[in-house]
Amino acid sequence: MNKAKLMQGNEACVEGALAAGVRFFGGYPITPSTEIAEGMAQKLPAIGGTFIQMEDEIASMGVVLGASLAGKKALTASSGPGISLKQELIGYAVAAEIPVVIVNVQRVGPSTGQPTAPSQGDVMQARWGTHGDHPMIALSPWSVREAFDTAVMAVNYSERFRTPVILLMDEIVGHLREKVELPETDTLDIFPRRKPACSRAEGYEPYTPDEDLVPNPADFGTGYHIHVTGLIHDETGFPVGSPKITKEAISRLHDKIEVARDEITHVEEYFMDDAEYAVVSFGGSARTAYEAVINARNKGIKIGLVRLITIWPFADKAIDELAQKVKGILVAELNYGQLVGEVERVVAGRCDVQLCGKYDMTIFEPEEIEAGIDKLIAGGKA
Amino acid sequence: MERSYEKYFRQNRLPHLWCPGCGNGIAMKAIVQAIEKKGLNQDNTVIVSGIGCSSRASGYMDFDTLHTAHGRAIPFATGIKLANPELNVIVITGDGDCTAIGGNHFIHGCRRNVDLTVVLFNNSIYGMTGGQASPMTPTHKKATTAPYGAVDRNFDACKLAQAAGATYVARSTAFHVQHLTDMIAGGFDNKGFSFIEAIVQCPTSFGRKNKMADPAKMMMWMRDNAVMQAAWDKLPADKKTPEKFPIGLFYNEAETDYASAYDEVIQIAGGAK
Repeated sequence: MNKAKLMQGNEACVEGALAAGVRFFGGYPITPSTEIAEGMAQKLPAIGGTFIQMEDEIASMGVVLGASLAGKKALTASSGPGISLKQELIGYAVAAEIPVVIVNVQRVGPSTGQPTAPSQGDVMQARWGTHGDHPMIALSPWSVREAFDTAVMAVNYSERFRTPVILLMDEIVGHLREKVELPETDTLDIFPRRKPACSRAEGYEPYTPDEDLVPNPADFGTGYHIHVTGLIHDETGFPVGSPKITKEAISRLHDKIEVARDEITHVEEYFMDDAEYAVVSFGGSARTAYEAVINARNKGIKIGLVRLITIWPFADKAIDELAQKVKGILVAELNYGQLVGEVERVVAGRCDVQLCGKYDMTIFEPEEIEAGIDKLIAGGKA
Repeated sequence: MERSYEKYFRQNRLPHLWCPGCGNGIAMKAIVQAIEKKGLNQDNTVIVSGIGCSSRASGYMDFDTLHTAHGRAIPFATGIKLANPELNVIVITGDGDCTAIGGNHFIHGCRRNVDLTVVLFNNSIYGMTGGQASPMTPTHKKATTAPYGAVDRNFDACKLAQAAGATYVARSTAFHVQHLTDMIAGGFDNKGFSFIEAIVQCPTSFGRKNKMADPAKMMMWMRDNAVMQAAWDKLPADKKTPEKFPIGLFYNEAETDYASAYDEVIQIAGGAK
């Protein structure tokens, strides 16, 4: 175990990414994610990696995709407006199956919004920001240590599934300073870059999937002469206009994540053993929800906390089990109401679901969530 | 005649989708002949393109090839080159791709002097979408979105590249095939951002709208109006009519390329192996 350090969430994200093997960063300055770029500018050249500040957010996304195709694990970080600009190329990474991690340290939107203030308003953008049908993996840490852990996880998932992964941080965790003890790098499980299983002469096709439905496109410069495109393509990598291939290609992009869904959907539960009610929350807001649940317990309310670490794919299984167990669910999120819709979809009327939302640029106070709990128990009546 | 350049094409992807009489094939062939001339290793060379008629070239060429998103070829190419500086990275782009939607990336690529060779197929029009005006459609020329003639002033992409910091800037045409090949080959020799504008004919979308539907006549227009740089310099001002334009190597000055400059950063930071 490394010595304990006082560290910011954004710094821990840098440490996690580097520990997971990221050796290329492209970015553009934006609050509240800038410390990630600054940390990468400092640390990457010291380990032989490359940092580049690009002319805009779109170029930042393009440069990391190019670096990934040339064999380097790559990451970019941004917030609000910057993440909006990156969306087209996030879709490119989905379609062309390029591993990359996009960190979104969420701030208040829409538009320029409140650049220095916390929000969790990009939950649905993370899922549906780029056009067309696509799967998405998004992870949301609630502590500085977990910013490290989820950064490692994000890089690993991007490589394993050859897909973009969004590390959906928020300004609370990004700028939070906590004492952390980071694990030694050699104790981590790191997913290596996937490699072709055979040569060109043996009939290699870059987009023929393995048994896990993930293909192994060769890194550029390794002699395979592969073609990479954002057009719908068959297993050779070349575009095709066939309805059958189009359907198969889009299905496989979804299926490769779906078959591993249970394994990558991380949920943590607190005080849930005898709970009759639950708060569902994530990221920085879950810290306040945790305290609110303890305070409610002290008042004799049988309530627990279900904290989503994996935001996408959504924790259908955990919420389904919850719906069978509790009388009511309070969804605490720092937005106008986004994740609550997913909870309602899964619960499908089996228990009461209420929103405790906030979008005034301040973080939750425990009393606000406690008031939400009281209202939930009163059956929606304040 | 030996067609030794054929090994650089994916024969199973041909014939190409370009219209009869299109100049893109000439420019694409000039690139592979320049590759052959300079002996670039086929396994170590990456072709990166954007979106549009020009950018379909990557799919026909037997290298590692990357057909990116509209306007974004240069950022992708920058990532490839910096992640693996051993690779030769060639960008194929078009006038709309490079100077409209990708304009910001273009000037910043020039400024950084990343060791890329960018070949812009300038057909003066958006061909893939059926003939809309681009930033390089000459003023007053017609397009589907400029039915009364283009109002906009058009870019001189070579002047733009030079002003933005490219260290090798040249222009040629589909008529001057050998010259075009030499200009591209010279770009490979430059360790830095090399920009070559290849003027190509688009009889279908540009020519038909502008009373030049015959591809051969379009090429004769190139022959008659392109003036070698040395001759252009001596040409009296009254002979430099709006139709005339210079071709040749306009600029070539060695400057430290981005990857070499970053190597120094790695040295200072203590990350050198």
